[in-house]
Amino acid sequence: MTTTREPAQVALELGPLGLDGGGTVLLSHTIRRAGLVAGDRLDVRGLAPELAVHGRAWCRAKGHGFTATPDGFTITVGRHDADRSVGAERAGHADLRRPDALAEVASPRWGLAARGALVDAATPAVRFGLDRRVDVWADEAPALYAQATAAQWDPATAIPWATACDHDPAVEDAIVQVMTYLVENETAALLVPARFLAQMHPHFREILQLLAVQLADEARHIEVFTRRARLFRDELGSSSAGGQASLQSLLDEPDYALAMFLLSVLGEGSFLSLLWFLHEHAPDAATKAVTRLAAQDEARHVAFGLAHLERHLGLEPALRERLVAAVHRRHDALADTAGLNADVFDALVVIAAGSLEPLAIARGFAAVTELVHDMDRGRRRRLQRLGFPEAEAAALSELHTRNFM
Amino acid sequence: MTTDTVILGAVAYDPKVVTIWEGFREFFAAHDLAFDFVLYSNYERQVEAHVRGDMDVAWNSPLAWLQLERIAKRLGRSAQAIAMRDSDRDLTSVIVARTGEVASLADLRGKTIAVGAGDSPQATLIPLVHLQQAGLVPGRDVEVRRFDVLLGKHGDHIGGERDAARALVAGEVAAACMIDGNHLLFAREGVLPSGSTHIVAQTAAYDHCNFSVLDDLGAAPKMKRFTELLLGMSYADPTLRPLMDLEGLRAWLPGRTEGYALLEQAIDAFGTIDGFVTEIAGR
Ligand SMILES: [Fe+2]
Ligand SMILES: [Fe+2]
Repeated sequence: MTTTREPAQVALELGPLGLDGGGTVLLSHTIRRAGLVAGDRLDVRGLAPELAVHGRAWCRAKGHGFTATPDGFTITVGRHDADRSVGAERAGHADLRRPDALAEVASPRWGLAARGALVDAATPAVRFGLDRRVDVWADEAPALYAQATAAQWDPATAIPWATACDHDPAVEDAIVQVMTYLVENETAALLVPARFLAQMHPHFREILQLLAVQLADEARHIEVFTRRARLFRDELGSSSAGGQASLQSLLDEPDYALAMFLLSVLGEGSFLSLLWFLHEHAPDAATKAVTRLAAQDEARHVAFGLAHLERHLGLEPALRERLVAAVHRRHDALADTAGLNADVFDALVVIAAGSLEPLAIARGFAAVTELVHDMDRGRRRRLQRLGFPEAEAAALSELHTRNFM
Repeated sequence: MTTDTVILGAVAYDPKVVTIWEGFREFFAAHDLAFDFVLYSNYERQVEAHVRGDMDVAWNSPLAWLQLERIAKRLGRSAQAIAMRDSDRDLTSVIVARTGEVASLADLRGKTIAVGAGDSPQATLIPLVHLQQAGLVPGRDVEVRRFDVLLGKHGDHIGGERDAARALVAGEVAAACMIDGNHLLFAREGVLPSGSTHIVAQTAAYDHCNFSVLDDLGAAPKMKRFTELLLGMSYADPTLRPLMDLEGLRAWLPGRTEGYALLEQAIDAFGTIDGFVTEIAGR
């Protein structure tokens, strides 16, 4: 329903302000604020010598009528300038507490717009593969992001790099080997989420932010593990085909939920046990610090993966079967590979032993056996939290890669 | 032209021209009108091809419109302007000088004035006839310095006007000519720093481009459909808005030709298109 009314007439005094010096801002603003519509008039007066010349040009470009007057010009508002905003829509709302904050499916038309912005309907569509809320959202993301930004540490100052090497040289060789292995795995932990980050619709900005900080965490882990490896040695340790095959299978997983399940819940979950094990048996203060700081970061990564998958499974129970299938598929793909680099297993034993003395090695071997059990218990616990019955959780944990990650 | 396809001729004065007409092709196709376009590097080539029958309709500069109209008349044919942009109506040009040196047009006597391309209606022909009508004959009473950016494009490219404005600020000339909208643009960009120049004259209003057809083709069913679809394009349609922004309009209007009177006075005064008209009409 439109109601007809007499055309409105509004006056605007610009004083010495010219249209080339910002006066057009006031023209647009006045038309909007006074609610002028097609046929309404705006009398513009001012002292700028070029006022009428510029007024004519501005009106023509905006589709408004123009009439020169002795001290300025009159705009007759055109029918089309207001059409600019036809079809514009809000891209959700910035405030997560509002029920309309998040869309179930984020529109390609929103593109890179801030969530909550009023988006021009003519915006070119941008296709983001991950645009469904169910696939990406975790209610805990804002809190985890806040924790993550507050917990960022500086590798240069947070770690006592000036530590002495007063342990057995064999133990130092073992540390170098384990650090080499860790760097390789941290690289996978950086690249797997990075690939999905680039496909995620910016509407889910809290998830983007959290993943971005997570990538920064992994970047620091790569740095400090490399630096620790080279603290007393020039050369790094070995990288095995079996270990890389395991990580390659993570990089190859095209589905976000499945990749994050394999990486965060099973892989980084297992790494939590490994990092705390290294912290406990660390022969020096630097190793103790890097493993502790990395473990704290990893705990957040695991918590995010669990939170997202718990929500996703609650809304789409069919995801459960796909998670199970993904574990089986990865297990089958890796069946003919060696799994954990044998050098890494031996190195873990030596680190836990503290020396090459046979009785010490026996203790170290027992400790690593216990570590493997501990990883298994952790995986089962997390799988049960996701709703897998005890027996199925045990079976799935059993199928997890022998490379740990 | 006898096919059902509307063939349009346009001059490629800028790479965006391809984007614009491809966009129009999609728009017409969505409304079941077959449409295609041919690009020319200059308006003279386009007018010549139009007279030969290579297109149904041409997107013409005001000067190209007068070329077509006069050639048609010589050949006993006729030309019609069937549509134009809302922004093609009631333009003016201004003559700008440095503040403190030139107070009125009379002060330009014996000085040099910068204009745009030699075939630019808005930056050269119309301002110069304005000077002539004010008693300053170009070439006799004032020296004219041309900034011939892309000759044959009839001033569609802004470069000539910008160069003329720069020459004014640099003190190389006493005055410069440009379209009113470009004066606003150059002032905002700082090409014409605030306070250092002022407008000494503004021409009467004139019209710019149009879609031109020859003879009675405007009444052909496909051309009636073309015009109907064009005039129906809505700026409120978000799928059309980017195209209309690119082409610089809010709405298409029916063509009118009385707005070319000022340019006719200029080409009659300077003989700008006489040689070309005689050449093409004489073939
Ligand atoms: Fe990490
Ligand atoms: Fe991680």
